[in-house]
Amino acid sequence: MTWTWFHRLASPPHLYRTAGRLTPWFAWPAALLIIAGLIGGLWLAPPDYQQGDAYRIMYVHAPSAWLSLMVYTIMAVAGAIGLIWRMKAAHALAAAAAPIGASFTLATLVTGSLWGKPMWGTYWQWDPRLTSELLLFFLYLGYMGLRAAFEDLQRADRVSAVLAVVGVINVPIIHYSVVWWNSLHQGPSVMYLGKPTMPPSMLVPLLLMFLGFTLFFGAVVLVRLQGEVLNRERAAHWVEEELGA
Amino acid sequence: MRGMSETTLKGENVHLWRGERHVLRGVAFTVSGGECLQLTGPNGAGKTSLLRTVCGMAYPEAGRICWRGTDVREDLPSFHAEMAYLGHEPPLKMELTGRENLHYWVAVRRRFAAAELEAVLGRVGAGRWADRPVRTLSAGQKRRVALAGLLLMAVPLWLLDEPTTNLDVEGQHLVGALIDEHLAAGGLVMAAVHHPLAVSERGLRRLELGGV
Amino acid sequence: MSELSVVPSLTRPERAPRNAPGAAAVAWMMLERDLKLAFRKASQLVQPLAFFAMVTTLFPLAITPELTRLRHIASGVLWAAALLSSLLALEFLFRDDAQDGTLEQYALSGRALTGLLAAKTAAHWLLTGLPLALIAPLAAVSLGVPAHALPGILASVTLGTVTMSLLGAIGAALTLGVRRAGALLSLLTLPLAIPVLIFGAHATQLAIRGQPYGAALTLLGALAVFGMTLAPLAAAAAVRINLE
Repeated sequence: MTWTWFHRLASPPHLYRTAGRLTPWFAWPAALLIIAGLIGGLWLAPPDYQQGDAYRIMYVHAPSAWLSLMVYTIMAVAGAIGLIWRMKAAHALAAAAAPIGASFTLATLVTGSLWGKPMWGTYWQWDPRLTSELLLFFLYLGYMGLRAAFEDLQRADRVSAVLAVVGVINVPIIHYSVVWWNSLHQGPSVMYLGKPTMPPSMLVPLLLMFLGFTLFFGAVVLVRLQGEVLNRERAAHWVEEELGA
Repeated sequence: MRGMSETTLKGENVHLWRGERHVLRGVAFTVSGGECLQLTGPNGAGKTSLLRTVCGMAYPEAGRICWRGTDVREDLPSFHAEMAYLGHEPPLKMELTGRENLHYWVAVRRRFAAAELEAVLGRVGAGRWADRPVRTLSAGQKRRVALAGLLLMAVPLWLLDEPTTNLDVEGQHLVGALIDEHLAAGGLVMAAVHHPLAVSERGLRRLELGGV
Repeated sequence: MSELSVVPSLTRPERAPRNAPGAAAVAWMMLERDLKLAFRKASQLVQPLAFFAMVTTLFPLAITPELTRLRHIASGVLWAAALLSSLLALEFLFRDDAQDGTLEQYALSGRALTGLLAAKTAAHWLLTGLPLALIAPLAAVSLGVPAHALPGILASVTLGTVTMSLLGAIGAALTLGVRRAGALLSLLTLPLAIPVLIFGAHATQLAIRGQPYGAALTLLGALAVFGMTLAPLAAAAAVRINLE
């Protein structure tokens, strides 16, 4: 009995409608939180005594970095669920999430290098965090490339799920090897993140942005999930009824 | 307990989708020891798909395949140890000889004596060219090497996809005779065919799959 | 026919097939088979080695013939070349067997596919990784690396190529159903190979400087062991999906 929701959710029409109903519940709070976070971060928070205003790009950079990792993890977990329980909805979720995760990774790289210009005097440093992020971007590209290489959607789903699981196991290994590599060649990163002495006026907007970005991801992935479901079910009758109505 | 292990292969309400094609629509069948189920139907009717579903290479959206009363999905390795599948093409390495092919193909499943190998090669009429690289063999000769592998596996269940392809009349009768002998020993056969097999009517059952 | 006793008793209660060889014997058989097949197409064996030699030759031509300067970049050159060379033959690791149907027969043999694929991967390493490790010291000498560093280079490339073959097996299994998989295979495999590159190049650098490199070798070994436990499982899962 407890599994009924699990199977209900796996039914495409139900999934499509549920995703549609849930979207506003993510989208509106996301918009409010991001606006509040931006006001707090860009106007209300004081300039940093070392970095001046340059640190403010952190309000976009840090949440993007967090989501780049979280989305990959979601893809792997969804892929594993899809493999183990043969749940097509989980695969559809992974497929919907991948390009969003890749976009967040790209955003992290771009904002990181923009932040790097005032910090290091150059747009690119082989900083361990940025380097890891670049490798994560390659993992996303590989995942999406593998997906695109199959004509059979079901096979694409399951093969790419194996890749995501392998990838997510390797992400920490890659990250720590890069950190280790970096410690051999230069000092630790000069970036601002994780500094425990951040005053609340800086910290609160950052937390709002984290939450806002996460909800924003939720909204976008739900919309994309609807698209995935429609594409996969385009031959089914309920799609005609749904779109005709 | 005895009843549970009766050698029966049973398909129940098997539905299979390939992409947007609903290939198998509620297929049901039963094959018991000593019986041959002959699958017929036009191209695209799902004969190969059904065989691949039975051997676990395709996963049905609904329904199940039972071997000796239990769903084969519960223990695929044990099921595979008792079945042999021969597809369209003989599964042979071109660079290896017939004999080497049979060794690396079958010996991972069971040890067999050299005499057994010779007997099987003789039975399919492959004794004279079993030491030539498979690359140099004709399509019919390759098919005979594959039949030798089938015999050598010594399993009760044969799943055959067009077993007489590329064989001359004599070879087609050989396939029929091998199947008859297998059935007489209590074996089971499920074969997808275009032309009816040259087997005796006793124990022969037919399943016609519909076109799309 | 009856004198052949080919058809086993049909009511036997035991699950395991009669006369089934043990897992080690099966793996050995698979290894022997792949080595035999490779030596019947011997020209393919030389290609990764020639490629490795070619890539290491590019750097002196592109940068400088001075051995003192080449020595500084030698570890990078060796490892980049080793990684790329070990990718070369990967595409056909499982593809040949998938195309002629023999891989399907192994998948349907009732034997663990993980063990069979691990044996195939071992054969692949013996045929490409080990030869690369053996000529890496030669290439190193041509890049001005002092003789005392050669054992370290041999050891690190040996361990590193083990992991490369294992990662490559995952990539080859994932792309088994893709028609022209070469570039995709590299894109999938290389990011996963970054730790191998980092630890391997570091061990090599330490060896060139005459410093102890044991710790870096240990890390390379740890990656190889980790790969041995994970890669055959992932490869078997991917192969099964692609055979479907």
